[in-house]
Amino acid sequence: MENFLSALFLQSGYNSALVAIGAALLGIAAGGAGTFIFLRKRALVSDAAAHATLPGICLAFMTMVALGGDGRSLAGLMAGSAISAAAALVLVDWIVRETRLPEDAAIGAVLSVFFGFGIVLMTVVQNMTAGRQAGLESFLLGSTAGMLFNEAVTIAIAGAAAGAVLFLLYRPMTLVAFDPEFAATTGIPVRATDLATMGLVLVVTVIGLKVVGLVLIVAMLIIPAVAARFWTERVDRVVLIASLMGGVSGYLGAALSAAHPQVPTGAVIVLVAFSLFVVSLLLAPARGVVASVFRHLRFQRRVHLRQGLLALARDEPIFDRLTLKVLRGEGYIRGDGVATLQGRATAANALRDEARWEVAREMHLEGSLSGRFDGLNAIEDVFTPDEIRELDRQLGGRIAVVS
Amino acid sequence: MGQEFVQLSLTPMLIGILAAVACALPGNFLLLRRQALIGDAISHVVLPGIVVAFLFTGTVSAWPMMIGASLAAIFAVVLIEAIKRVGRVDAGAAMGVVFTAMFADGVLLLELSDTSSVHLDVEHALYGNLESLIWLAADGWGSLADWTALSEMPPQVGRLALVLALVSGFLFAFWKELTISTFDEGFALSLGIRARLIGFLLVVTTAVAAVAAFDAVGSIIVIAMFICPPASARLMTNGLGHQVAWSTLFAGASAILGYVLAGYAPLWLGAENSVSAAGMIATVSGFILGFACVLGPKRKRIGAAREV
Repeated sequence: MENFLSALFLQSGYNSALVAIGAALLGIAAGGAGTFIFLRKRALVSDAAAHATLPGICLAFMTMVALGGDGRSLAGLMAGSAISAAAALVLVDWIVRETRLPEDAAIGAVLSVFFGFGIVLMTVVQNMTAGRQAGLESFLLGSTAGMLFNEAVTIAIAGAAAGAVLFLLYRPMTLVAFDPEFAATTGIPVRATDLATMGLVLVVTVIGLKVVGLVLIVAMLIIPAVAARFWTERVDRVVLIASLMGGVSGYLGAALSAAHPQVPTGAVIVLVAFSLFVVSLLLAPARGVVASVFRHLRFQRRVHLRQGLLALARDEPIFDRLTLKVLRGEGYIRGDGVATLQGRATAANALRDEARWEVAREMHLEGSLSGRFDGLNAIEDVFTPDEIRELDRQLGGRIAVVS
Repeated sequence: MGQEFVQLSLTPMLIGILAAVACALPGNFLLLRRQALIGDAISHVVLPGIVVAFLFTGTVSAWPMMIGASLAAIFAVVLIEAIKRVGRVDAGAAMGVVFTAMFADGVLLLELSDTSSVHLDVEHALYGNLESLIWLAADGWGSLADWTALSEMPPQVGRLALVLALVSGFLFAFWKELTISTFDEGFALSLGIRARLIGFLLVVTTAVAAVAAFDAVGSIIVIAMFICPPASARLMTNGLGHQVAWSTLFAGASAILGYVLAGYAPLWLGAENSVSAAGMIATVSGFILGFACVLGPKRKRIGAAREV
């Protein structure tokens, strides 16, 4: 715990502070970029890009070794992974456009084949005598243990660049995400915008390789965006909340794993993000599970109250337990089920409103009010007093209820 | 050639073929139902299932792990469905949330628990160890008729053969129901076919195939074989029966060709070591799909409006 707190406040050494800041920056960039692919309903395309970085990493390593280098320069490996991930994205796009295969099949095929080829290359690299190849596996699950200052700076610069692109292309990317056809009619180049979104994903994937690893980087793109979506209906806020959640997960996860060094950073970061997702799923105000349960219970209560009142007014016996409970709770019936005075008056009102609705339904056949006849909207909320008087006039002697 | 081949290459090849075909068969229906990525998700969540089974039993034995992995796969599918409904999130995103979180969980459990004494690690889970499944008891082709030698075969052969029989049996028994509910769920329901149950059974079959294959060959082949052979077959024909046949052919071809290219080709080229057979099988299936995309007689989409 103490270790965790000191890591949390950047007090446990230069390296963990570096990792925490790098992971937070990565999370912010991933949350923002991930929002747009999530809204475009193409979240798993990023999975293809992430897995497809592996052959690029291996090829870059081989090239660098062949040119006489060390083979482990992060910038070089990142460039290689970016190229092969871009190739994968182009291939997915090509398969979807040129063949009858659906996008999910294209994603899965490209993902597995690139990854398989990457594994082949990795065994080749492992058999190479030159170069210090021991580090390549660490890109599978990320490794922050030996992060260097210039690696953190690389991540920071790339993250800032991603943020800038996000800011500049915010409007077209939003439009394309929600309604590509409309976006096309307003003159936005849909394909170019999609490519830019994918480019952002690519940048995040590549900078995430070092911290989270290629198997789990897709989580940093998807989970914060999905979680943020629960809290709001506005795109700008989703982007902000997703970035915030991504940043917090990166930071907290890095701090946690600094306190427990044997735990891989990437997995912890992803699990922190997932906890934030679970909290959002349960507790978000409008779309959360708890809120929906409450909404459902309130709705159920209103239906039972209304049906109970109508039954009271018509002198029908009530058997339903919940209805009895609701009526008793409102003080409309006594413990033995006999209506109180207040209950009888309210029931009479309910019956009169029911009759008014019936007339209203006949008058407004065109259906402009459809959906409001459900008996749960008070008639006073839908019609003006003089409209209600007109309803009562038409009702005439059909029903004898004193208001 | 004879003895060495039977000892070192016959069983890995056989296991590769069995695993590839067992995955490709249900993959056909997953592809048509737009659930191709279920295979991807399942092969990730197998890891936490195996680790949890190991923590419960304390040994690396096959059956508890297969049960653990199958339960994890079913749990993941139920969780994905729940998040999709409750959270009103699209299928891809729900899948991405669930399988990454569960995979991370598996990695975490693996690192926190004391599994250093046993052969259980993430790399192994990803690309398996096909090359090591050799049959030392064999001394030539004659061993195939020799019971004592046969009983020394890697147990994966028997398990995968059993699973393949199970998968084919399921497809054979429910062929009509699967076909109708895949193409027109509403029609299937009107005929009294319990389409949702069929869908769930398909996913369970998929999980069983994935877990059995995973045990022998790692998750790469599993994902590749669920998708690539059926996708290639889809570009060859319009008939479902033909598609299944083509996919079986492609899966078998990928396994044989991939194993040969990985095990022998580097030696022919003068290299000293072979490369990963699992990775090569996936690569070959990708090449087959590539050819199908360019040359397949039914590769084009006809009639449907093109999406923007």
